[in-house]
Amino acid sequence: MPRKILIYTLLVCLAVLMGTPLAWMVLSSVKPNSDLFSYPPVWLPSRITLEHYQHAFRAAPFARYFANSTLISTATVIVNCLFCSLAGYAFAKYEFRGRDLLFYALISTMMIPFHVILIPVFIIAKRFPLTGGNNIFGAGGIGLLDSYPGLMLIHLMNAFGVFLMRQFFFSIPDDLLDSARIDGASEFGIYWKIVMPLAKPALGTLAIFTFTGVWDDFLWPLVIITSEDMRTVQLGLQVFQSQYSIQWGPLMAATFAVTLPLILVFVMGQRHFVEGIATSGMKN
Amino acid sequence: MSVRSTDPYRRLNPTAIPYLFILPVILFTVFFKFIPIGVSLLLSFTEYDMLSSPRWVGIANYAYLLSDNDLFWTSLKNTAQYSLEVLPANIAISLLLAILVNQELKGVAFFRTVFYLPVVTSIIAVSMIWMWIYNYQVGLLNSILGLFGLGPFDWLRNPKLALHSLAIMRVWKGVGWNMVIYLAGLQGIPRYIYEAATIDGASAWTQFRRLTWPLLRPVTYYIIVMGLISTFQSFGEIYAMTQGGPLDSTTTLGYLVYQQAFQYWEMGKASATAFILFGVIFALSIAQNKFVSAEMN
Repeated sequence: MPRKILIYTLLVCLAVLMGTPLAWMVLSSVKPNSDLFSYPPVWLPSRITLEHYQHAFRAAPFARYFANSTLISTATVIVNCLFCSLAGYAFAKYEFRGRDLLFYALISTMMIPFHVILIPVFIIAKRFPLTGGNNIFGAGGIGLLDSYPGLMLIHLMNAFGVFLMRQFFFSIPDDLLDSARIDGASEFGIYWKIVMPLAKPALGTLAIFTFTGVWDDFLWPLVIITSEDMRTVQLGLQVFQSQYSIQWGPLMAATFAVTLPLILVFVMGQRHFVEGIATSGMKN
Repeated sequence: MSVRSTDPYRRLNPTAIPYLFILPVILFTVFFKFIPIGVSLLLSFTEYDMLSSPRWVGIANYAYLLSDNDLFWTSLKNTAQYSLEVLPANIAISLLLAILVNQELKGVAFFRTVFYLPVVTSIIAVSMIWMWIYNYQVGLLNSILGLFGLGPFDWLRNPKLALHSLAIMRVWKGVGWNMVIYLAGLQGIPRYIYEAATIDGASAWTQFRRLTWPLLRPVTYYIIVMGLISTFQSFGEIYAMTQGGPLDSTTTLGYLVYQQAFQYWEMGKASATAFILFGVIFALSIAQNKFVSAEMN
């Protein structure tokens, strides 16, 4: 029994330490300015106000930033779920020459720091043929810079996603696939009609990872986005910073608004998410 | 792990099918990973501003960075220090959290969620929250310390403090992730091992030192390598909170690459810097691997 009390005490102390910054953000976003700048600090607002939210959404086209981020994150999730599962399935359930070599070459790309490929990928985006005013040789325009496909470009497929799906597909019995073959199903039909419906939990994990990755991405949008209309939510948060003095209330309101969707996604998909990290964390 | 089937129907498959299935991912990897690495390596031997065509300069960029460039060495030192502060603290705290939330107690799922939420929060959002907390005049941290007669400290604008302030924030953001990875590791340790140790009269601390920690070593290795890769690339928090300042005290290699490439358009120098960054991470991962396998034998 004393052991239990000790553990709970530790848990509560750590939860207070870990939870305070996020709680402070939420509280700050609904406090009137008089509470915000008082000393000593006031924990609970004297009255709850939404003025900071109104201010934040007036200061910048946040609705547009949300639409941008939602669109590119969702589209990227779909592409990832399709192609990572297709490749993961092939790596798990077929034998073919060079399979292991190709798989490890693919996995090794997870070690590459993004900074190393940043400049060449930027050049590829800028010189993408027949887009953004470019001719067939990729000259003359801005290519995929400042566009939705440009924002999605580097996230379209992901070695980690292939790894995750492959781990999952190992658990599908070969007999199931073979009996479908005997019934005359095509290879793609087996993947699409039998394997994919079984893969929903793993696809859910992959979807959450991908969505979070694109939603939270900062360096790539910073580099390729120039026009205000194309900003993502992360770039949008910078709006409050460029001003002379930071308006903390609206900034905290905007920060919370940007974070809330991911918190909801996480809390709803928590079980999948944690299992997914467990599978991938253990590696084979 | 895959079950090798001898079923004749499998052999009848046109051999092209698995290749077709992996084709999109392989093409993507070639075009957006392997070719860019090669291009980046080539660019690192050139002078290139994206307007005129690249000019071959041999090893001049590397010579410039490694010989007389103070900013490069400062960045390398800052990057190393940042990792050295973040990683050990992160490992210690995340392991503690993992052990705590691994207990079969009521309400543990709630605590796990609280510890994990900073991971879900984007680095830019986290930066905004901590700029508010670290604010010199009205920030929460100085207010609390003030109640005890301490401070105020200028967390982000004092060159002696700024990097440490970023490191504290980064630890806070990262421990939840490693907690989950450690949790998976802990759950992979069979329970009878502990039962045997308890019967032998080993204390909880001895059990941790002799059993848990050594058995988790592969997990710790994974966490260190992944942690090195991510802390060595840190960019968002530095861009948002300090812009590398004050007095370059928070300029890391990741931030330096961005500055060189997209503020001064020196793509050659930036590529060379990125390759040195890559080399350092690679060397450290190999060294860590050697160290771990030596220790395990």
